[in-house]
Amino acid sequence: MSVPLPYFLSLSALLFTIGVIGVLIRRNVIVVFMCIELMLNAVNLTLIAFSSALGDINGQALVFFVMAVAAAEAAVGLAIVIALFRNKQTVNIDDINILKW
Amino acid sequence: MTFEPLLFFFLAAMAVTTAVLMIVHRNPVVSAISLIGNFFCLAGLYLLLRAQLLAVLQIAVYAGAIMVLVVFVIMLLNLGDEESPAFRLGFRTALGTGLAIGFVLEMLYLFVLTPFTEPLRRDVQAGSGVGTVEAMGAALFSRYLFPLELTGMLLLAAVIGAVILAKKRLT
Repeated sequence: MSVPLPYFLSLSALLFTIGVIGVLIRRNVIVVFMCIELMLNAVNLTLIAFSSALGDINGQALVFFVMAVAAAEAAVGLAIVIALFRNKQTVNIDDINILKW
Repeated sequence: MTFEPLLFFFLAAMAVTTAVLMIVHRNPVVSAISLIGNFFCLAGLYLLLRAQLLAVLQIAVYAGAIMVLVVFVIMLLNLGDEESPAFRLGFRTALGTGLAIGFVLEMLYLFVLTPFTEPLRRDVQAGSGVGTVEAMGAALFSRYLFPLELTGMLLLAAVIGAVILAKKRLT
């Protein structure tokens, strides 16, 4: 690995922060959902970088499970978005506040 | 071996650019396509880290399955551009964004300026065969067999749950 490990970690921190900022500033629930996917991917990059630097398979096995859980989360999350849109005719998260008090 | 840093910087710049484009663009379809580009850049980075199986899975699962689902839902809901104030700019949002930027600056400071990861770079040869399909399969079907089976159950439950949630009416 001729690229040093801290470069990968810095890129991962940058991508994670972009995802956090996206969750904070966007109002469309699908874009917020995609920002969460971006954060998951940033963490995956960290895990693979450490796994590759240490020569250890466990980090990559964890990334495999993260991907499987992300797929399940995408299916259920988008079904919830469809159910919400059918009930409220909106995907704006400012209008979806029935769990807020 | 000298082209690896060049490739890294190219892919990293593309990944950050597509990520920023995703969160600033008003049209959700453009956001989704930017995210697909971001996933391809990350797959290239995984190849740089010698994680071949995960690079293929990244493209097949993320850029293939998940993003097709997202684009399909965007089409199904017929979403156009967001209304004129695309961003929420309240006090709490500004505070959270400031804290996030402070966090990333602190992380960059830790990663780049402190040499605490120096001993991690030594064992390059040990990591050469780590990410192959053979090594991953051996790990997944021996040590991680039980979590792997649980993942299958999780996916089955997610499929059933998604169908029930998205159905028009329960009978």
